[in-house]
Amino acid sequence: MTLALLGSRRGMTVAIVLAIVGALLPWFVYPVLAIDIVAYALFAVAFDLLLGFTGLLSFGHAMFWGGAGYVATILIAKAGAPFPVAVAAALVYAALSAVVVGVIAIRRQGIYFAMITLALAQLQYFVAFQLGDWTGGENGVQVSSRGTLFGIRLDDDKVFYYAVLVVAALGVWFVVRVVRSPFGSVLGAMRENEQRAIALGFRVDRYKLVAFVLSGTLAGLAGVLFAVGNRLSGLDGVDWHTSGKVVIMTILGGIGTVFGPLVGAGVYESLDYFVSKTPIGDKTNIVMGTIFALCVLLFRRGIVGELLALRTKRAKE
Amino acid sequence: MALGLSVIFGMLRIVNFAHGAMFMLGAFVAYYGAQLFHLPFYAALVVAPVVVGVFGLLVEVAFLRRLYGLDPLYGLLFTFALVLIIEDAMRLAAGALGSPYSAPPSLAGVTNLGFTVFPTYRLFVIGAAIAVCAVVWFVLERTPVGARIRAATEAPTLVRALGIDTQRLVSITFAVGVALAALAGVLAAPNQNVEPTMGDKIIINTFAIVVIGGLGSIGGSVITGFAIGLLQTLGAVIFPAFNDTLIFLVMIVVLLIRPSGLFGSPASAK
Repeated sequence: MTLALLGSRRGMTVAIVLAIVGALLPWFVYPVLAIDIVAYALFAVAFDLLLGFTGLLSFGHAMFWGGAGYVATILIAKAGAPFPVAVAAALVYAALSAVVVGVIAIRRQGIYFAMITLALAQLQYFVAFQLGDWTGGENGVQVSSRGTLFGIRLDDDKVFYYAVLVVAALGVWFVVRVVRSPFGSVLGAMRENEQRAIALGFRVDRYKLVAFVLSGTLAGLAGVLFAVGNRLSGLDGVDWHTSGKVVIMTILGGIGTVFGPLVGAGVYESLDYFVSKTPIGDKTNIVMGTIFALCVLLFRRGIVGELLALRTKRAKE
Repeated sequence: MALGLSVIFGMLRIVNFAHGAMFMLGAFVAYYGAQLFHLPFYAALVVAPVVVGVFGLLVEVAFLRRLYGLDPLYGLLFTFALVLIIEDAMRLAAGALGSPYSAPPSLAGVTNLGFTVFPTYRLFVIGAAIAVCAVVWFVLERTPVGARIRAATEAPTLVRALGIDTQRLVSITFAVGVALAALAGVLAAPNQNVEPTMGDKIIINTFAIVVIGGLGSIGGSVITGFAIGLLQTLGAVIFPAFNDTLIFLVMIVVLLIRPSGLFGSPASAK
């Protein structure tokens, strides 16, 4: 049911609408906010590859997002590395740390998987905190110039936004391809019934690990776009609240729907921005937490999931 | 310090975020009680758990109860939402900066133990933790109510068939667990600032303890809690810079050697 949207004509329409929204976004909101939205959208889709399509809830994805952000900004700020080199190094870091976390965490399931990923992400947080010489501690790492990509200067926020949009779109396309591949079918089978997948001869731990590493690496890519976009990476990025944030976005949008997390990230970031302009100020979690609580209690399928369910219901009548 | 808290939390075998928030609320009740009503520390030890316990009961009856039939992950997610709301609500009410809360004069200073001197207050916390554990253990293992609670967690359908209201048992257990978290919060208040984020670190440490100990006996959780607390106390002396990471390193090693935890049976690891 959830995949019905992908590949159908309607799915194409939705993709085109999202592309148009993406292209026009920086003309309606601050370009840096637009970068945030798109980076978080990619983050949420990467996360959903794990939660929605593999059935694993990680509560430590900030580790890859923030960790890769650190690697890229440190290389750019301290070593003067060109943008593509910094991105590549950050992706390698994200992938390697995802292998390590994955190997440890997939030994347990469900709620324990969530707790282990959270604990390991916290380990990285404390290390980042202690390595203040590299990470700048509370101040973070600042980047003065983003550098160039294919000879184009990235320092203009709108220019960088479109670079981010293209990279994020490629990332989402990649996730769609993975989900619709035979590999993706095995992931779905594991999510629905792990025992049966084992009985069919699949080595589920390997599949889980590969899904985890793919998800972590893409989360790292999103984190790099975010950190370089904001010209800053700090402890916020590796904090467990960030791990929670991507969980909220994904579930708010609708798990296992690909488009859902995109919508969830957009709704979350814009709402967060508008609430922060009210007297509540930076205590936006009062509102975001309430929305998420209602979401978990009342509409667990998320925005896109509920819309799809509504459409299926109508089609039946 | 970590010792006492680890034990109380490890014993509850907590698998949700809300207890961290309740821990923080307990400390705030004590703090506001002292500020507004001159509530003495010893009274706060009783008042805070009751206030927070009632609050926890309301939350359980109104919300958490609706999520029991589902994947337990939804419970975890709901309590995470709860933490976000409570934390920011407290930041709005009390400000992000911590407020000091002092222990009663009778517990200030140090006590000479013969071989070493130790802050009196820490001794008090350790003693209180041991007392609480003993009481909880006694209630769970040696009373009819405890037998019912244990039965209800193992075979809820069967227990319901015997005419016992499991829903009520679960609610009461949750409220008591929350009350104990609040008690831990009051105990922790004098040693650190009372601030909205004070529950975060403790809850993540607790997760690690639960993973390390495994879902085994209460004794297992207590031993793990004590061992970790001791390790952190020693770690603070030997390599202070990386003390915070010690518990996670232990968790990694345990998971690699015994995936189901030190005291867990492989069957309960799923």
